[in-house]
Amino acid sequence: MESLIHARGLVKRFEGFTAVDGIDVDVRRGEAFGFLGPNGAGKSSTMRMIGCVSPPTDGVLRILGLDPRRDGPKIRAKLGVCPQLDNLDIELSVRENLTTYARFFGIPRRVARQRADELLEFVQLTERADSKVEPLSGGMKRRLTIARALVNEPEIVLLDEPTTGLDPQARHLVWERLFRLKQQGVTLVLTTHYMDEAEQLCDRLVVMDGGRIVAEGSPRALIEQYSTREVVELRFAAESQEAYAEKLAGLGERLEVLPDRILLYVADGDKAAAEVQRRSLAPASVLVRRSSLEDVFLHLTGRTLVD
Amino acid sequence: MVTFLMPRFVPRLVSFEGMGRRSASVTERNIACLRSMYWVVMVSGFVEPVLYLFSIGVGVGALIGDLPLPGGRLVGYAEFVAPAMLASAAMTGALSETTFNFFGKMKFMRLYEGILATPVRPIEIALGELAWAMVRGVLYSAAFLGIMVAMDLTSAARALAMFPATVLIGFAFGALGMTVSTVIRSWQDFDLIVAGQFALLLFSGTFVPPTAYPAVVRWLIEVTPLYRSVDLVRALSLGPVGWTQALDVLYLLAVLVIGLTVAGRRMEKMLCK
Amino acid sequence: MVAGAYVLEYHLVNYRRTWRSSALSTLVLPLLTMLGFGVGVGSYVSGGVEGAPYLDWIVPGLIASTAVQTAIGEATWPVLSYFEWLKVYFAQAAAPLRVADILGGHLAFMAFRVLTAAAAFLVVAAVFGTIHSWWAPLTLVVSVLTGLAVAAPSVAYSSSISSDSYLAILMRFAVLPMSLFSGVFFPVESLPVVLRWAAYVLPLWHGVDLSRDAMLGLAPGWIGLLHVVYLLIWCVAGWAVAHRCFRRRLVV
Repeated sequence: MESLIHARGLVKRFEGFTAVDGIDVDVRRGEAFGFLGPNGAGKSSTMRMIGCVSPPTDGVLRILGLDPRRDGPKIRAKLGVCPQLDNLDIELSVRENLTTYARFFGIPRRVARQRADELLEFVQLTERADSKVEPLSGGMKRRLTIARALVNEPEIVLLDEPTTGLDPQARHLVWERLFRLKQQGVTLVLTTHYMDEAEQLCDRLVVMDGGRIVAEGSPRALIEQYSTREVVELRFAAESQEAYAEKLAGLGERLEVLPDRILLYVADGDKAAAEVQRRSLAPASVLVRRSSLEDVFLHLTGRTLVD
Repeated sequence: MVTFLMPRFVPRLVSFEGMGRRSASVTERNIACLRSMYWVVMVSGFVEPVLYLFSIGVGVGALIGDLPLPGGRLVGYAEFVAPAMLASAAMTGALSETTFNFFGKMKFMRLYEGILATPVRPIEIALGELAWAMVRGVLYSAAFLGIMVAMDLTSAARALAMFPATVLIGFAFGALGMTVSTVIRSWQDFDLIVAGQFALLLFSGTFVPPTAYPAVVRWLIEVTPLYRSVDLVRALSLGPVGWTQALDVLYLLAVLVIGLTVAGRRMEKMLCK
Repeated sequence: MVAGAYVLEYHLVNYRRTWRSSALSTLVLPLLTMLGFGVGVGSYVSGGVEGAPYLDWIVPGLIASTAVQTAIGEATWPVLSYFEWLKVYFAQAAAPLRVADILGGHLAFMAFRVLTAAAAFLVVAAVFGTIHSWWAPLTLVVSVLTGLAVAAPSVAYSSSISSDSYLAILMRFAVLPMSLFSGVFFPVESLPVVLRWAAYVLPLWHGVDLSRDAMLGLAPGWIGLLHVVYLLIWCVAGWAVAHRCFRRRLVV
């Protein structure tokens, strides 16, 4: 299968520290690929290398079959980039942000205007077309940035933390638009530290930690491989959860003690919860839920994603 | 002009294909954000050198009377000082766009990060911004030359010759300003730039011939870019024109090419880490 | 009054971070002007102006002009940004301060900046031997008065706009012409009548004339009194308008 992004032993080193420490990645046409990991895992550095604005220190990187070191402009012509922090042009109106940006790609003015109107429709900003950028809400700004990333009809869209800092409603709107893009066959590459986002959007993802890839697969497969079907979350009223850990021994496949709760990894959550009651341990709260990528991450690194 | 000069000075193999078009798209962005108020500010920019001309050239000129040129010819003070005002106005215009505004766009608006995600390269951003600074500078220079001719401070033919010289001066200082912008760290450093600019204005043979200063100071003055600019424009305005002026042109071209190369390289280092 | 002092204290504490770079412009720029213009151009002015050598004649004007530049610098961009970008005034208004305290405290800081800039210039002038009168220190008082006469209306202007483009307009159409045609570099008497009256109306010329009297040891006469009264009118009127503008924005 055709690999749009191909990396082998990719390394990014800054003075004194290694942000990306030899990763192998292959992104196929039409898929939504995710980099999941906490802040500082090396996701953004990887994205900047793929965006051809940061030369790799070492390793192989091919994007659309081209070498970013030599063919930066040629590759960027076919990429759409939605950065983590919106860098919209505050001196321009909403529509002008799209039309002037299109000009950077050499798109004729008439086409640019037409495409801007279509994209504003797509991200539901048509009514705000002549507004300045400043008064837009965070969600609107993010949608405009996404529209801007689509202005050159890119083959790959790079999204760095597309919904970080947005309220729940705005997040869902962004997800819904991205899902629409995916259906249209656009290749999406995104970073996130939200597991729900990764589960919603990604066909395939890699989990990064400390500049390395610690696991790879579809969200479902990763959960199956690194976690159990269900999880029981137990909170005890006492100061330390630690004391209860041994009393729960043998209840599930695995057990994680966090500062505020204990996670019990089991195949059947309800059965395990009943067993906890039977041992009369009396937790302050019991929650049975399905396993998520958060659990995968916890298992792989011993830490939670959002600290 | 710039694009054909660049190849020899750009070390790596870069393609020049589409360079002009991409630089122009950066200029276009600046034109797109012209708002009514900014227009007034921009157009009013030409008032400044004219005010200086009337105040220093005419007002102080009345106290000074005539000045002897190196050849021994006597000229009125306004005639002497007007070409220097033109050169320093070209400098000021180019520097204000490429230091203050450029720095703001790079550091605070993070405008260039967005542009760099497109096929546009750092050197092309530099070229596009420079071209924009020049559009403004050229308009001011033309207006000022018109006033000089109207006040009989130079002839129309000489004014035509001075025009391309002011464009060159603008380009050279614009490139210099951009290099400076990639070096400074914060807004506070702009005090240094203002002080430096002011020192250039005062001591570059602008208001008095450099022969008024002691020999050591004079040599220092002679190597400053503003002095070379003033020398070029003044010779074109009052004559005679000789080899020294060819040297001026070469000097300014060198400043332009080196400035642009360094600015492009440093921008790449800062923005493409 | 006491509350206004707290506001002044805030600005002084803030200034501690940036005083080094501003010291450069406070000391070096006048020195350069004196050398480049006073000495350089002065050597071509034969016979001096109004009986004084050109350098001696121009220095008092430069001091008054420096006072105005410093005052304008503090009364424009900082005021705009304290309203629009940094929101410092709004933070102050949330404390138990009156509008007059906020405005007064900031103006007091501007007076402080004007005083230091003028004093620095005066020291440089003394080194160059351009002081010929025991009345010279009075120039500092004149500078503060002139500085406030332009600062107060400038604060009013800066507090009523929302974009710094308007400041560029102020600089270009008011401050620069005033600096160039108020008798700093050549006597206003040589200006055409219309421009001469423009100089009379704007505050700077009055400061220049007073400053020159003090530095050269001339008797100001009754016109000196007129200068003082006129500059005070600018201060009071500027304060009144600025107070109204501040009120409108801070007390909603």
